[in-house]
Amino acid sequence: MVDSEHTGSRTTRILGIAVILGLIALILLGFFGAPEDDEQRDAVRMIFVHVPSAIFTYVAFTVTAIGSVMWLFRRSIWWDTVAAAAAEIGVLFCGLTLFTGSVWGRPTWNTYWDWGDVRLVTTLILFLMMIGYLSVRSLGGGERATATRAAIIGVLAMVLIPIVNRSVEWWESNTLHQKSSLTDGNLEDLTLFTLVVGFVVWGLFFTWSLIHRFRISWLERELRVRDLDQALVERRAEGQEHEGPPV
Amino acid sequence: MTHLGYLLVGWGVTIGVGVLYAASLITRGRKLSVRVPSDHRRWMSTDDT
Amino acid sequence: MWADIRLIAGKDLRIEWRSRITLSQVLPFALLVLVLFGFALDANRPVLDAATSGLFWIAVLFVGLMAVQRSTAIETTDGARRALLLAGVEPAAVFLGKALAVALQLLFVETALVGGVIVFYDASIESFPLLAATCVVATVGIAAAGTLLGALVAGVRARETVLPILLLPVLAPVLIGATRAFDDALGTVAVDGWAWLGLLAGFGAINIVLGALAYGVLLEET
Repeated sequence: MVDSEHTGSRTTRILGIAVILGLIALILLGFFGAPEDDEQRDAVRMIFVHVPSAIFTYVAFTVTAIGSVMWLFRRSIWWDTVAAAAAEIGVLFCGLTLFTGSVWGRPTWNTYWDWGDVRLVTTLILFLMMIGYLSVRSLGGGERATATRAAIIGVLAMVLIPIVNRSVEWWESNTLHQKSSLTDGNLEDLTLFTLVVGFVVWGLFFTWSLIHRFRISWLERELRVRDLDQALVERRAEGQEHEGPPV
Repeated sequence: MTHLGYLLVGWGVTIGVGVLYAASLITRGRKLSVRVPSDHRRWMSTDDT
Repeated sequence: MWADIRLIAGKDLRIEWRSRITLSQVLPFALLVLVLFGFALDANRPVLDAATSGLFWIAVLFVGLMAVQRSTAIETTDGARRALLLAGVEPAAVFLGKALAVALQLLFVETALVGGVIVFYDASIESFPLLAATCVVATVGIAAAGTLLGALVAGVRARETVLPILLLPVLAPVLIGATRAFDDALGTVAVDGWAWLGLLAGFGAINIVLGALAYGVLLEET
């Protein structure tokens, strides 16, 4: 099932090809198929990279939250590995969400950052929290300890996000900011279709990356275990060389 | 096309970052795979230690 | 349980009192932050008025970070964490006791800071109940979240730099909510401060529950 020279497999190869084909379709549809918006003109085409990134940010972090719970309650290393992999990909998507949102905002509302956009601000805080998650994972200190620490952050972030969202929402309504949301209005058929293609491409890429990232962690773990075994073997060999009282 | 510059930057960075990340995953995967023999690879099962 | 909480809180506060660090260093630091903000905003009256609430709570956040760092340090030195576990004290009680100690220290500094904004920023208190309630509720949330995350990074290298990265985003809702509530209490902006208190209370409750649940796991495994 698995080649010994890389972390790919038939599954990932199929996924990878699908991503590439889907991306080509997305670019064609996004730039030449979907119509421009009455108000935003062509800037609306950012929706096809921004919204899928945002959706799959939340998908990724939900996976992390689930994996975190599974570690805390079942001590499942498999789930912990999935959680970590999903978090890394999630932070990537989150950064892209913020970046594309910013690039979209400039021509549309003449500002790179909009404190009035509830979703954008909430996503920023989520981004910072999950960077914290990744930091905790890289602190070292034993596999179980790292998993437990990270899992608590993962759960904390997910539990707090509704509160963050609510507070930013109230904050925004107090500062009298109105933000028109494209998803409120009716989307043209072709725009909607292209958006769905975007979701599919992002979904495929997420899955592909998750599998690869999982396997990387797994291999790293194998190596750590082997290094440990190796060290134990060497230690025992040392002990056997000096038969008799220690020198 | 209006706002073409913004679109190119937005799409370009997104796709570029995706490609770079994918490349880094593949590279990391390859380097690790070489060091671990095939009989030590279990993807789905785990002894919970 | 209550006895244990009082025990732990008392221990932490006594350690704090003996070193007088809160009094001699943290308090002046807090007031210094207020003064520096005054310099930075160039004694620009309207700007300072509008920003008073926010500046107050930013100062509190900084002090909170320091208080949590010190609270965590009490346990990490000399393997005191192990000792706590072995002593058979309920982890939840340890958590609540430590959070209580941090909260009380914070409230003490906040009292001084209120005096500070009245003096330095010419603030006037329109609603003292709202002001006091906000301080208490927000502080509970800060202390709970801080104690939990402090325990999480205890025993790890680079502890001092990781804690702010973890804690400050988590405290964003507190900053937003407490600032708005203070705006109402100080009469700078027409908002409904009491509504924000509800949100702050929710935040505090979540962190107390999560902290009490997670503390045991953290003590044992990290």
